[in-house]
Amino acid sequence: MPSALPDGDPAPSDGRLPQASLETLGHHQFGLYLHVPFCSVRCGYCDFNTYTLTELGVDGASVATFAAAALRELALARTVLGAAPVVDTVFVGGGTPTMLAAGDLARMLHGIREGFGLAPDAEVTTEANPDSVTPEGLAVLAEAGFTRVSLGMQSAVPHVLRTLERTHDPDNVERAVRAARAAGLQVSLDLIYGTPGESLDDWRTSLDAATSLAPDHVSAYALVVEDGTKLAAQVRRGQVPAPEDDDEAAKYEIADDHLASAGYGWYEVSNWALRDDARCRHNEGYWADGNWWGIGPGAHSHVGGVRWWNVKHPNAYAARVGEGLSPAHGRETLTDEQRYDERVLLAVRLVDGLPIGDLRDEGRVAVAGLIADGLVDATAALRRQRVVLTRQGRLLTDTVVRRLLGLR
Amino acid sequence: MARTALQPHATPPDLIRNFCIIAHIDHGKSTLADRMLQITGVVDGRDMRAQYLDKMDIERERGITIKSQAVRMPWELDGTTYALNMIDTPGHVDFTYEVSRSLAACEGAVLLVDAAQGIEAQTLANLYLAMENDLAIIPVLNKIDLPAAQPEKFAEELAGLIGCEPEDCLRVSGKTGVGVEPLLNEIVTQLPPPTGDADAPARAMIFDSVYDTYRGVVTYVRVIDGNLNPREKIAMMSTRATHELLEIGVSSPEPTPAKGLGVGEVGYLITGVKDVRQSKVGDTVTNAAKPAKEALGGYRDPKPMVFSGLYPIDGSDYPDLRDALDKLKLNDAALVYEPETSAALGFGFRIGFLGMLHLEIVRERLEREFDLDLISTLPNVVYDVTMDDGKVLTVTNPSEFPYGKVSSVTEPVVRATVLAPSEFIGAIMELCQQKRGTLRGMDYLSEERVEMRYTLPLAEIVFDFFDQLKSRTRGYASLDYEPDGDQVADLVKVDIMLQGETVDAFSSIVHKDKAYAYGVMMAGKLKELIPRQQFEVPIQAAIGSRIIARENIRAIRKDVLAKCYGGDISRKRKLLEKQKAGKKRMKNIGSVEVPPEAFIAALSNDAVTKK
Repeated sequence: MPSALPDGDPAPSDGRLPQASLETLGHHQFGLYLHVPFCSVRCGYCDFNTYTLTELGVDGASVATFAAAALRELALARTVLGAAPVVDTVFVGGGTPTMLAAGDLARMLHGIREGFGLAPDAEVTTEANPDSVTPEGLAVLAEAGFTRVSLGMQSAVPHVLRTLERTHDPDNVERAVRAARAAGLQVSLDLIYGTPGESLDDWRTSLDAATSLAPDHVSAYALVVEDGTKLAAQVRRGQVPAPEDDDEAAKYEIADDHLASAGYGWYEVSNWALRDDARCRHNEGYWADGNWWGIGPGAHSHVGGVRWWNVKHPNAYAARVGEGLSPAHGRETLTDEQRYDERVLLAVRLVDGLPIGDLRDEGRVAVAGLIADGLVDATAALRRQRVVLTRQGRLLTDTVVRRLLGLR
Repeated sequence: MARTALQPHATPPDLIRNFCIIAHIDHGKSTLADRMLQITGVVDGRDMRAQYLDKMDIERERGITIKSQAVRMPWELDGTTYALNMIDTPGHVDFTYEVSRSLAACEGAVLLVDAAQGIEAQTLANLYLAMENDLAIIPVLNKIDLPAAQPEKFAEELAGLIGCEPEDCLRVSGKTGVGVEPLLNEIVTQLPPPTGDADAPARAMIFDSVYDTYRGVVTYVRVIDGNLNPREKIAMMSTRATHELLEIGVSSPEPTPAKGLGVGEVGYLITGVKDVRQSKVGDTVTNAAKPAKEALGGYRDPKPMVFSGLYPIDGSDYPDLRDALDKLKLNDAALVYEPETSAALGFGFRIGFLGMLHLEIVRERLEREFDLDLISTLPNVVYDVTMDDGKVLTVTNPSEFPYGKVSSVTEPVVRATVLAPSEFIGAIMELCQQKRGTLRGMDYLSEERVEMRYTLPLAEIVFDFFDQLKSRTRGYASLDYEPDGDQVADLVKVDIMLQGETVDAFSSIVHKDKAYAYGVMMAGKLKELIPRQQFEVPIQAAIGSRIIARENIRAIRKDVLAKCYGGDISRKRKLLEKQKAGKKRMKNIGSVEVPPEAFIAALSNDAVTKK
């Protein structure tokens, strides 16, 4: 079951935004996120907004008509945003975007280029399942302007993949990476650690397998048992042990060491890049107060302090955009206090951290204690006047954020 | 139904019958009382509220009566009209003294027993009280409409207990009304009328005293000798305090002013006092101008048996808690409290209760009627600690229990009666053994039911005895107890320390043989309840300086949210906003943050019992 949407205010049916928000458009990076809500099967740990074709029913939104619905929302975005900002980054996520025909993905990128214009150095990423990419399809994407592919590798160990209910053959990852390279695309690999039954050696095996493919970028995420997932039910029934924080902490440290020795530098808590220009700029927009419009069912957007989120179900989504209405389900206009909280909680996740001068009094007062506790890097604080997390600090980001916000 | 009711003040004692109903909590007393009100015509169907006499919401919800009242009902038999005074009695062990005063106001009692369940320990105890007071007893089996009713079986049981024939037991259904009229007739014929000296100086016994927001204290009395009249000056014989009698009357069931109350009559007095402590249950009311020489016997001050600390979760609610207690006190003569400070919980009160139900009721009223969120410490009894130098300390808070140089400690004990199906004898004996009980006797009420009498430390009952008893007897056993003095016992104080710092709220006085188990249990519990901190937190249980149990809360290593993209940002921020709201509620023990929920869970008897 997909997770619940947040509570918020109702969104206007035409999707209109306040002038003050629109005025920020020229001053921040602008990204487009496209959510493709389809998967061939649902993995047991996943709470993303995605549906299998049988779940949607024969009359429901289908893979074939989805591109058309998404293009309608794109047109709405164009109207709402007025003088169209040039798109700096595009990220197609899911679900499994490669469930769509490569031609459909290309068509949507074309629509973006037509409607908004794409910056010359735009970063255009799609997520992909190692099983559902082909050299031909990747070539079509590269031709259309995609620059980057993020492959859901998760693990190289068969029993771990089985627990996650991932269907792909580990060998397909290598094939997919080669094919993407051949098509001229940058490659990122997603890994998951902390799966029940995964040993420390299993995790090292996965890291070895990932770095031996020399991807440009690696994301490594601790497994979270989300409410409502099959995995959560299995944990509740005692069929599968719950992931343990201590085990995940150990694995994070192993990953950070392993990736560093392979030449990858962390730039966000869960992200490592081989070079500075291999960072995912689209995601950096999320953490640096960028503007982005999320297209598709359940997608979230942010423009100048207004956040909103679309209806979740693909059928409801298709119906709304079909009537020319905004598919937004709810929105919130952030107060200064909320924007400050968000800035602190997001910026500390980054390797550049947060300028100490941007902190309020209670935050500035907390820095010395955080250094003493080994959570904040002393050199960065003293020389550069920035709060940059140590590795221990990255593992305890929540604690750091609470203390910077005066919550203890 | 009687055509005309007799007027108070002018009713000859011969035509008065004063009775109460003795019953277990869910045996249908209130339903039967409701039916009597309806059949005698003092309440018409339209005004009928289920369980009319139970005024407080909590009472109605729990189906139990806390405060008694008296209702005057007319009833005609063979052409003569009588005045029946039904005195409602509290049905719980905490209120034994109030029960005894209600019984003392009557000449007879209806012994009401659920025909599907048989008599319970509580009822048995009250029956003994009634028989000791020489009350005439009318045995009645209720709920005969139930398919599970076994009136023959339980009639035998009742007959065996009170020495009558099984066929003397009346059979009624409070629900349908069957048998209620014959019962009213039997009350007239079987119960003796009150006797008293109409010409003697007035003496009336207070059997209840209730605070009413609009009228002040309403005092319920039974006149023994003489009479009471409007606008007289009355005197309370225990305190010599005098009051103007602003109103005198009877409840039928709404208060109805009368010209006075004569010998044998039951009614209410209003003097304008605002605190039930000025009108104490058991005290004797007399005429201030012509006072009686001797008070009626049996008066005693309510004595708190169980103490617990109550603390507001939000420290800024402390003044509200004080105001709330001041208000509750007006209606609860047994409630005693004094301010107390806990290093762990902040400012609060140490409160004395008659027993566990009294504690629960008070806490629930504070939370419900005054909208307070409270933490209550584990209830404890009162200990007398004799020091080596002969000094005696009375300890009502375990954290005040002295270290060293203690020569002896005494604790209160109770005489407990347990009624249960005989198949559970072994289980009950085992439990009572564990709870330091001494068997005083055992009798079979019938082939299947047994009455077991024990002496038990009150502290064990307060701890978790009743829950254990219920669970070991699949809910069949019932319990009654009454104070039975003190005993010297080998008691020690177990302290719980977090990071070397004693948490006063968790200190407990336990028997030496149980100290280890308590320490292990509490340390284990806290390990589960206290969230991991940035540093390791040792939890220790100690007797004095000797550590008897130890646990460690390991330092937290990871709390970061792995993914923080589009929609995660709002969720994360909302979580922080929630934490901000909850922050002021966190309690700090040294540098350890303990959420109030952890205190509540650690201090609840539930937590203790589950172990």
